[in-house]
Amino acid sequence: MGEFLNDWGLSIPTFLPIIGAAVMLLIPKDREQLHKLIALATTVVVAVFGLLLLIQFIDNDNYGALNFVVDKGWIDVIDSRYIMGVDGISLPLMLLTMLIVPLCVIYSWNHFPEPHNPKAFLMLLLILETGMIGTFAAQDLILFFVFFEVVLLPMYFMIGVWGGENRRYAAIKFFLFTLFGSALMLVSFLALYFLADASTFDMRLLPEAAAGIAKSSQVWVFGGMFLGFGIKVPMFPFHTWLPDAHTEAPTVGSVILAAVLLKLGTYGFVRIAIPILPEAAAEWAPFIGLLAVIGIIYGALGCLAQRDLKRLVAFSSVAHMGFVMLGIATLTDFGINAAVFGMVAHGLITGMLFFLAGSVKERYHTLDMSRLGGLLVQAPRMGWILGFCAMASLGLPGLAGFWGEFPAILASYNPAAVLAEETFRSYMVIAALGTVLAAGYLLWMLQKTAFGTPREEFANDPHVHDATVSEYMAWAPLIILILVLGVYPHLLFGATDPAVVNSLSECLDSSTSGACFDAAAGK
Amino acid sequence: MLSALPSIVGFVRPDIDWHAVAPELTLLGVGAVVTLLDIVLLERGRAYTSALAGIGLLVALIPIVTLAADGTTREMFGGAFVVDDFALILKAMFIVVAYIVVLLSTNYVAEGDYWENEYYGLMLSAVMGMVLMASARDLVTIFVALELLSIPAYLLAAWRKADPKSNEAGLKYYLMGVFASAIMLYGMSLLFGLAGDTRLSVISDAVSGGNANPVVILAIIFVIVGFAFKVSGFPFHMWAPDTYEGAPTPVTAFLAVASKAAGFVALMQLVYAGFPGRDDVYQPLLWILAVGSMTAGNLIALRQENIVRLMAYSGVSQAGFMLAPLAVAGDIGGEALSAVIIYVLIYAAMNLGAFAVIIAVARRTASGEIRSYAGLFKYAPGMTILMTIFLFSLAGIPPLGGWFAKFAVFRAVVEADTGWGYSLAAIAAVNSVIALFYYAKVARMMWFEDVPEEADTSSLRVPPSLVAALSLTAAATLLFGIYPAAITHFTEGTLIALPY
Repeated sequence: MGEFLNDWGLSIPTFLPIIGAAVMLLIPKDREQLHKLIALATTVVVAVFGLLLLIQFIDNDNYGALNFVVDKGWIDVIDSRYIMGVDGISLPLMLLTMLIVPLCVIYSWNHFPEPHNPKAFLMLLLILETGMIGTFAAQDLILFFVFFEVVLLPMYFMIGVWGGENRRYAAIKFFLFTLFGSALMLVSFLALYFLADASTFDMRLLPEAAAGIAKSSQVWVFGGMFLGFGIKVPMFPFHTWLPDAHTEAPTVGSVILAAVLLKLGTYGFVRIAIPILPEAAAEWAPFIGLLAVIGIIYGALGCLAQRDLKRLVAFSSVAHMGFVMLGIATLTDFGINAAVFGMVAHGLITGMLFFLAGSVKERYHTLDMSRLGGLLVQAPRMGWILGFCAMASLGLPGLAGFWGEFPAILASYNPAAVLAEETFRSYMVIAALGTVLAAGYLLWMLQKTAFGTPREEFANDPHVHDATVSEYMAWAPLIILILVLGVYPHLLFGATDPAVVNSLSECLDSSTSGACFDAAAGK
Repeated sequence: MLSALPSIVGFVRPDIDWHAVAPELTLLGVGAVVTLLDIVLLERGRAYTSALAGIGLLVALIPIVTLAADGTTREMFGGAFVVDDFALILKAMFIVVAYIVVLLSTNYVAEGDYWENEYYGLMLSAVMGMVLMASARDLVTIFVALELLSIPAYLLAAWRKADPKSNEAGLKYYLMGVFASAIMLYGMSLLFGLAGDTRLSVISDAVSGGNANPVVILAIIFVIVGFAFKVSGFPFHMWAPDTYEGAPTPVTAFLAVASKAAGFVALMQLVYAGFPGRDDVYQPLLWILAVGSMTAGNLIALRQENIVRLMAYSGVSQAGFMLAPLAVAGDIGGEALSAVIIYVLIYAAMNLGAFAVIIAVARRTASGEIRSYAGLFKYAPGMTILMTIFLFSLAGIPPLGGWFAKFAVFRAVVEADTGWGYSLAAIAAVNSVIALFYYAKVARMMWFEDVPEEADTSSLRVPPSLVAALSLTAAATLLFGIYPAAITHFTEGTLIALPY
């Protein structure tokens, strides 16, 4: 089994969804039940593979290094290879993806958004899954780029076909913003290839090979990646596509967007930009930190100004991703561990919030919070789940959200030695204020939607009922994980820490960083 | 009596390597047979012409395969006609493209009740010009090849005689084409005057480095500008939208892919074999042409309402991308050549595919308006998916073929490691985003909009020849994207072909 997983463990779950989509392509559109079954079976098999990978990963007991490495020729003429592998940073994110997608299939089982057509919808979802898993597994820059882009088209169509009123605008905005970033990112990857000592796109070799690049060039190359990943995250001021995309996307689209797609950006920083170009990262870090805290405050204020529930959750994503970026900007292993935890926690919690928003929309046909109210009266279980998720999102200790935010704030008290302490300590203060605002808008949201008595227009509406079986099935794993990770965060930190230390600490650990940066500066 | 002739006129027949000219001769033969068939069989021959033209093209591939298997570089006429890897890969591309255009034309020409034998005869003659162009290493050969491919194309563009738009298309194309030829010919005459020879290898020595004569600069500019017309580079693209719109759509596909590629073949030969030492002249010129084409083409394309005009302007912009590696050719050598060839090959597959869908959809809607694509997904999902693949491939989204074409261009310009190269990369990156906007506009019509009330929404009937063309192009587009080694395998060999 171990042998098999080592060779095929990553390639099969990556490409299985696309094979499932190909099979569905051949089946006529009106056999809806069969399409749903194929999609469910494919995603569940992928999830089982994820579980097997996890077991084998624990068994290998080598969290810091890449596991299940496959290295085969792909495009020889440009020295790009098919290299896959996962370590403690990428595995949690990959498992999150493998978990979320089947839940999305279950959730949409009986309520596909207009214009229905489960065949096309589920095919897009499967293609999306291939892109997302591939991005987390790829260890070659060009392979990474290809997977990174594969997610664009399905999401574009998902928003554009199944979205809300303003879907056309939101879909193209999402696409154009991301493409703009990734085009410049590609130029950066190429510059890296030609400037580094070894002509390679192999992420395992590049940190060493890129060390010789002149600092001025490094800063430019990092700038290209910053745009590519920063737009995806999204960081202030590139965030404007996010509220539109989230608001217009169908529920499942929003969930995937929040739970996984945003992480592709932050993951890119952690996996590619910082390990390969640490010196440039140190130059950019104060600026990234600044944008991160602006994002935290701006996102929170944006939330307070919303009337639409989904838009509020979208703006809260901007704020939460600000915490993640602040953790990354500290360039310490503590901060980056917090960032990876924050990514997973945000994926679980915000994914849940979007599921709930979708269910509210389905019952009330509106997300206008001034018309909502009394969810706890009409659908008490759903109301409590909403309350639970709001608490998790505002960072209540004991739930997963806390371990994303609190260590990120703590890490900025003591950033990497090359960074100015004063700057980051002031960021810390601002970020801490952001948590207060977060509590403010989330409680306000809860008050508006869940508390009070139902409005007259919905008081006797038969559409408003409590959570259904498929909803419970889709939500239960997420809720359990939010609780488990909140109570025992070491589950995740234990996996991420060795990987973070391994890939970053050489240059970035505050105790040894002086030597590394001096050596580089002396060249 | 005849044996005394050479001594009188001082002419000795040069050695002819029949194997090397076999592709051209095959095309000539098939073209002649197609034309004769009409005379012999009259109306009864109509049904066979397109099949005959298609088979003839496939037969012409055979000597190309045997030449490639042989592998030796063959030169004739003192180096004016060369068959090497570079020539062979492009010849093969021209013939395959022409074959797909024949597939696109079959029903269009037959159902439109246009003259068939002449149509295919002229098309084969144009293909012969292109195939000859790939081997031409001499100004006169280049010019003859160019005219051989252009003159039939002028006629084909005006094929729909009853339609004034088609007449306009042919006339505009003709006038602009002749104008460009005149400019180019003037440049060529200057080059001949400087070098005393028409062969590129001799010209290369005469104009290189030390020659500070300003006439050299003028000559190079004139020749390159002449071909900028052919590849519809800005600001010499004016003919393209009107010609594309008015010409029969299969002919438009032929012009947009094969004719444009022939222009690039000539440009590559001129840059690499003709003026390799004068990158100080051609690099800035091509840089301006590249940036102008990709930017202007894109910006104008944003406002188009007609799908064929959109494709015309997108073609201008794509030409800009193809010119970009040549603008750094002097700095990086063969890599730029390889990038242009990769781009031309992938562009051929995806652009022909897009035109195949346009032809298939126009059979139903009889309209070129982008609005007529509204709700296509509802009643022609297969066609919609194919068109989406081709459009987003043109936009360069992985894992569709276009991404690798764009990637090759980016790679070439970044490799130059100069300010010119990096600025070109940044401009190209911004342009690939702008381009997405109008490709996505068509996709949006097909997927997001509702079917117009009055539209006929019974499922679309697609004739077998179009199905074949669509399958070939879609398979190539996907294959080149997912496994780019399928194409680099061929282009690697060309690196050594042209001197640089």
